[in-house]
Order: sequence, then C-alpha cells, then structure tokens
Amino acid sequence: MRYIPNSPNERAEMLRRIGVDSIENLFDSIPEGLRLRRPLNVPAALSELELLKKFDEMSNRNLAARRVSFLGAGAYAHYTPTIVDHLISRSEFFTAYTPYQPEISQGTLQAIFEFQTLVCQLTGMDIANASMYDGSTAMAEAVLMAERVTRRSKVIASSAIHPEYLDVAHTYVQHAGIELQHLPFNAETGTTLADGLSALDEKTAAIVVQSPNFFGCIEDLQMLADKAHAVGALLIVVVTEAISFGLLKSPGARGADIVVAEGQSFGVPLSFGGPYVGLFATREKYARQIPGRLVGEAFDAKGRRGFVLTLATREQHIRREKATSNICTNEGLIALAATIYLETMGPRGIEAVATQCAQKAHYAARKISEIGGFSLPFSAPFFNEFVVRAPTEAASLLRKLASENGIDGGIALSRYNAERPNDFLVCVTETNTRQQIDALVEGIGSLIH
Amino acid sequence: MITKVTTHISPHERLIFERSQPGRAGYSLPPLDVDEQPLGEIIPRELQRDDNLAGMPEVTEVDVIRHFTRISTWNYSIDQGMYPLGSCTMKYNSRLNEKVARIGGFANLHPLASEAEAQGALEVIYELQQHLAEITGLPGISLQPAAGAHGEMTGIMIIRAFIDARDGKEKSAQRRTMLIPDSAHGTNPASAHLSGFTVKTIKSTAEGLTDLDHLRELCAHGDVAGLMLTNPNTLGLFERNIREICEIVHEAGGLVYMDGANMNALVGVARPGDMGVDVIHLNLHKTFSTPHGGGGPGSGPVCCTKELEPFLPVPRIVAQTSVYDGETDEHRLKSVPLRLDFNYPQSIGRVKAFYGNYGMMLRALSYILTHGREGLREATEAAVLNARYIAHALVTDYEKPFEGSPMHEVVFTDKRQARKGVHTLDIAKRLIDYGFHPMTIYFPLIVSGAMLIEPTESVGHQELDQFIDAMRSIAKEAAEDPELVLNAPHSTRIGRLDEAAAARKPVLRWKPKLAESHSTATP
Repeated sequence: MRYIPNSPNERAEMLRRIGVDSIENLFDSIPEGLRLRRPLNVPAALSELELLKKFDEMSNRNLAARRVSFLGAGAYAHYTPTIVDHLISRSEFFTAYTPYQPEISQGTLQAIFEFQTLVCQLTGMDIANASMYDGSTAMAEAVLMAERVTRRSKVIASSAIHPEYLDVAHTYVQHAGIELQHLPFNAETGTTLADGLSALDEKTAAIVVQSPNFFGCIEDLQMLADKAHAVGALLIVVVTEAISFGLLKSPGARGADIVVAEGQSFGVPLSFGGPYVGLFATREKYARQIPGRLVGEAFDAKGRRGFVLTLATREQHIRREKATSNICTNEGLIALAATIYLETMGPRGIEAVATQCAQKAHYAARKISEIGGFSLPFSAPFFNEFVVRAPTEAASLLRKLASENGIDGGIALSRYNAERPNDFLVCVTETNTRQQIDALVEGIGSLIH
Repeated sequence: MITKVTTHISPHERLIFERSQPGRAGYSLPPLDVDEQPLGEIIPRELQRDDNLAGMPEVTEVDVIRHFTRISTWNYSIDQGMYPLGSCTMKYNSRLNEKVARIGGFANLHPLASEAEAQGALEVIYELQQHLAEITGLPGISLQPAAGAHGEMTGIMIIRAFIDARDGKEKSAQRRTMLIPDSAHGTNPASAHLSGFTVKTIKSTAEGLTDLDHLRELCAHGDVAGLMLTNPNTLGLFERNIREICEIVHEAGGLVYMDGANMNALVGVARPGDMGVDVIHLNLHKTFSTPHGGGGPGSGPVCCTKELEPFLPVPRIVAQTSVYDGETDEHRLKSVPLRLDFNYPQSIGRVKAFYGNYGMMLRALSYILTHGREGLREATEAAVLNARYIAHALVTDYEKPFEGSPMHEVVFTDKRQARKGVHTLDIAKRLIDYGFHPMTIYFPLIVSGAMLIEPTESVGHQELDQFIDAMRSIAKEAAEDPELVLNAPHSTRIGRLDEAAAARKPVLRWKPKLAESHSTATP
C-alpha cells in the first residue's frame, strides 16, 4: 500500500528487532475466538485511475449539481474567491490537529482568533467560540446554554425556524429536562406571532427565533428581545443565510443574547449538506457558559504575543460529565475557510454581495408575482429568500421545471409541511444572473399557461 | 543529537486587523444586472445595518495570501512528519481523497436537491455504510453525526430509546446509570450526561484493564443502562475480557457502547460486532484518514446491531428495493435507486441538519477503496507494529506503567524524569526542539504524567528511530541538564505561553486600540 512507508522487508526487520515472530503474533492480546479469520468483504484496492473514474461516474449521476439553481433553505450557492480553497489546502492547515501545543500551532490559533473576532463583528456580540458543527447543532447548544444561564427549563421556539433545525433541537433537549414550546407564525406576514407569547413567563429560559426566517422573512428581533428580557429570559437568534449580516442590522444591535448561525455562505461548498460551520456568539458575561473551544490572547516569558486554547475548565476533558457541552472537535478547517472568505471580501465585499442578493431576489419576486396565478403569500420584508404560492402543486411544478427547463426552481414546502402543497421557497444569490432569473420566470409561467 | 530539524525562516505576521488599510479590497463581483430598486424600498431603513461593518479588515488578495501563508508556517502538520498524538490517529491525509471531495458533481450539489437528481451522492453514502458495517460487524448505520462526541451522544441516545421501548417509560426510568471506565475520554461522561444518564466510574486493574469484579458490583443494582468502553482502551491495551464484559452488562439488562476512537488497531483483524458490542461510533477523521483540519471537521458514524437499528437518526439512506445481499456486486448496487427514508417512528430523531459531513464521507470511501480489503488490514498491522517498536525501544529510558503488549499506541510516564524535576509537559515541549509534535500528554487521567504515543502506520522506521533517539536524548538531558528541558522549547518563534494568565482575564477577540477608537468616534 503506497501510503505505508515501511516495506514488507523493513517490517520483517522491525519484527525481528522487537522479538515477535510474525505479524499475526502482534495481535496475541486479542483472544483467538475474537479474531476475524477471513478477509474483509470489501473490494480489492483500486488504482488512482480506477478510483477517479468510479467517483466521476457517480458524480455524473448528481444531475442537480449542474443545474441552474434557486435552492436555499439552509445551504446557499455563493461565489467563493479562488484563494479560499487554495489556502485551506496548505498542508500546514489541513493536516494539523487541534492546537493543543501552542508553540507549534500558532497558525491555526491566530486564524481562530481572527475568526472569533469576525463573528463578533458580524453578529454584534462580545465573544464568539471557535465554531460548532453547523447552524443546527449550534442552535441546539444555544438552547442548552440558555437553560444553564437562566436555570429555567422552558424554551419557546418560533415555528418559522428551519424545520430541520427544530428537529435537531428536539433531539438534543429530549433528555435535558427542557420543555420546547412552539410559537406560531403570522400567516399573512410570515413572521413570528408575538401574540403567541402568552406562554412567556418567569419559567422561560429563552425565545428562539430565526431571522431571516425559514420563509426568508425578517423578524422583529427588538420586539422579541424586549418581551424576553421583561421576564428575564434570553433571546436566541438563528441565522441560516449568513450573507444577510452584510445588509441587515446585527442581532446584537437588536437585543439578542446568543446569536448562532450557519456559516456555509462564507466560502464553503454546498457538498450535499456538509461539512459546514456553526457560528456561536454571545455576551461577555456568559463567557464561562459558552460551549466549545475558545482561543484567547497570551504572552510568553519575553512578552511576545501568541494565542492559546483557553477557559478549558468548561470543557469535557477536565469537567467530564459537568462540562458545558460534549463538543470536542469543531469545524476548524471550515472556520478557516470562512475567515479567509471574510477577510478577502472585506466589509465592502460582504455588503456588495448582500446587496446583490437582496436586489436580485426582489427582482425575481417582482417578476414571479406578475405571472397570472402566482402570488407571494407573505408580506414581511425579506432578504434573499421568499415563498411563492403556485396555482398548482408546487412539487410537481418544480419537477417539470427541472426536467423540461433544466432549472431547480426552489424547494417545495410540502417537503416539510403537507399543509402547504402549493408553496415553494425561492432563493436568489449573486451567482444567479438576470438571464437565469428570467428563465425561471418564463419557465414556471409556461408550465402553467 | 537533533537529526530531524534545523531552524528555518519564521516570519512575523500581525493580526489581519492590524494590517488593514482603508480602501483596500480583495473581491471582485460582476455589476448588478437587474433593475436596481432604492434599498429603502426593499429593506426598511430600521432593519438595515448602520455600523458600516466597522473593524472588519480591508485588505487585498495579495495581503490575504501572504498573511495566511506566513502564519501557516507556524503550524506543525502531518505532512512535516510524525505526529504521535495518542488516540488521535494522525495518519497521512491522501491528496487523492481531497481531489475526490472537490469533484464538481459532489461539491456543487445542494442537500435539498431531489433524490432522483442526487443518486450519485446517495450511492456514496450507501456504499460507505456497507463497508463500515462490514468492518465493524454491526449492520445498522447512520453517517449523520458530525464528530466523535456527536456520535457518542447519538449512540447513547439510541441505547436510551431502546431501553425505553423495551421496558416502558416507567420501568426504564429506574435505569439511568451509565458505566464508564476511569480511563475513558472526557467526552464519554459528557455525552452520557447530555442523554440524561448518571455516570458511575469503573476502576481499572493494575494491568490496565477493566476491573470485572467492580463491573459486576456496579451491575448488581438493576439500574445500569449501559457501559461505554473504548477498545483497545486508552492505554493501548486490548480488553481481552471484552466478551465477558459484554455478557455481564447484557445480563444486567444493559447495552454496550464502544468508543471507536481506537479502531485503527482493529480494522480487518477483529470486529466489535463479533465481541458483543451493541453500538459503536467511528471517527472517519482518525481511522479513515479524513484530515483533522486544525480541529475539524470530523465525522462520527454510528454502527449498531439489527435490534437497535429502528432507533437510528433519520433520515436513513435506503435502497428502494432491497436487493443488496451483502456480496459486493457493484453493478447491482448502481442499478438500485436510493432514497431518504424518514419513516422510523422509534428513531431518536435528527442530530444534524441534512445528512452529516458529506465531504468527509467521500474521503473515507476513497480511503477504503484505495486500500482495499488487504490494504486495510495492512494499515492496521503497520500501525500496531510501529507502536510496538516504540514501546520496545523506550522501556530502557521511560517508565512503562503496564506490562501488557500495546496495540496501536503505548503509554509511558515521567516517573523516572520527575525525580530530577522534569515532567511530562517539559518532555513534550523539548520534543518540539527535536522536530516532532509531542504525544498526547496527561491522558488518560489515571496514569500520573502520562505520555500516550500513537505513531500510526504513516511513519517509516527511520523516522521512528529518530523519534526514539530524540526521546532517549531528552531522558539523558533530564538527568544531566534538566534546565535545558525545563525551559524548552528553544527553537520556536515564541516560548511557553502563560495560559493561566490568559484564562484569568480572557481576551477572546481583537478590538481597535482605545486611542484609535477615540479618534474615529463621532462626537
């Protein structure tokens, strides 16, 4: 095997030197009856040529990867500067471990410190961690953290949060003694219904809301923050489309106590759902309750600045079952990609991308709403995603659009909610050209009429 | 003598924020090609950002390239050499796997694309599932967990759901104890706690194995839901009583969870499913070589018995018609349409949006297919041989606390060096001067001054010899010139950092200097 440096001869010599008769005898501590006495039922080794051919062929069956696409809902197609993948492909970054030895890990540590700073700047918060698995698990961890901070056990989550995120939160809290209640949304505006907050009381740990929400609508965060704070609860804000930070007022400026986000939009490929990167930010006073790793500034004996993993006493290798979370590995390399992306784009680049997304999405929404029979069911302002109501079943309309026009026009909401058969969610980013948008409009129009 | 490294350039580089110059930009975008509306008409002014994203760095592409290239040189990496972190399995990360993960048809595929148009992606998942099931001997599998600890949480929740279903909610409420050996990784108790279990710790014997008498004693009260066991354990020793251990737990009505962190010692040689294990997580970023990336992304698949299968996370990736019969028959596999199946009412639910860290699955499948059945076993053999070689060589200079023959990793202690005031941390730091990344230190917790060494199969015997020489040389220095070791490292661009001070008054982000912020503040 070409990845194993020692040749069979060298291995024989090593065995001789340690006084072991055969390779098989290396496994003497495994009782005879437990040893596998046959080869694994796995194919024989493939050469590089054969392997690439096999994967190429499989990838060709992913027809959707080549289509013009308006799919969003937690995963977004954005432009990524070429240097992002180039830099994360440096051995020094991608073949390093978690930076446990700061003297020889300053590259990773400094990059994470920059990442934490950028996340604070975007979210408008004081501190951020070194990343979570993704947006959905970051939200679940935020719910657990709210319970720790407030020592209260009821959490009220908007039902306009991404359904898969809500599912993950349910899984995480099912044994944590937390009661997760749902807040309905206003069927006209598409935003979370504040009237539903009757359940909000002094037992409430947090309100959780996504903005822009699952339907693309921008929530009134300040109002929700005020209501939460009035009873001593926290406001957790979830963002799935992180590019929105470039245009929308930060959750921190609108009263959020914990902000979590999916960072995939920052230079990370769609890659069928992962690996992505969860952003997690909060207020300074909760620093010791935050889950995951933190990098902090430190100095050596000569006063030279460096960075180290810090506040490790929150973590499981010291605290074991009393840790703030069981998270150990985070999404280091993806956080690095996001850092490189954000630094390359800079403040003006992020603004420009966000503005293009909003302008193009509104152009698309305008054009679609002009097609007879189609409407936009929600009235609240949106960023780059919006719900369209078709005069027919959305899933079959989209299937036809894909096969006849080669366009993935959106996500049928029936995937998540059988009661919305005609609705679909359209996402427009800076990568969608006017020509593509016009083709989408023409395509769905001609399939109906 | 230092044979591996010489000093090299180590450029200074400040934080990117300190490099920022107003007006620099590193992006390019095409002009907006749709009719522009006044921004206030589409996003109300009060919802718009008004801080100008102040503080974010303004730099050019060249600045970014130099910045990251420079700071990258401060990292040690596998590609530079042996990275013997015990229980971390720092093996070679193949470039071929990286190439596979970047094929456009995978990298550009949206997770909510229709199943019919994502068949290739589902095939990858399905095929990887088959291989991991074969390797572990456990047929039920989910690739959804994003990391080892995430897999632990998933596995423990599966055990809980199974017991709830078997005993009924009321009776199962009496079964809330999870047994964990004192040598276990800290994520084990943290994951058990997250699933609502109370942790009881099992002692290890003087031999470094699970204490069966203590296990029996803890199992006698009818409250045990399960045992979390790492095998080989974190001392690098195979739990040779594993079958009996499983029987004791099963007889007490509990299930056995295996932490698969150390599967690199077993692939192709022995299978957890044949040992009596009920559920295991694997670390694709350890055993199956997906890169650690400076701390992730990982991937922590969970494999379980048929009995536990109904409780796995949803969605599961299944064949429309079940014609796969366990034989490797690629053409048949290809012709089977695959789909997402949500219809598992007993499932613990979703543990992550979408389907897991898919890019890691591509790399792991590429690893398995590149090695083939023989290469997989060969890797295990080479990994164990390398560890045994180190174990054999270093006993002359370091205390080896356990007699037994180690598998893929070996633990030593600083007992002899401590007499001269030199401790594990010092030895680790001095190893850096010799050109090696240190081993895992102070873990497992039950061994005072532990040094856990895992060379993996990706090291040739010359480099093993260099490592052994370095360790021997450090032992000599500790005896003759302890100051040299106590003040190490001497060759790095910074010395030991004051971690205690950093934790007392944490600075977790860059902020503009006070003077600057005063001068830019609007009156």
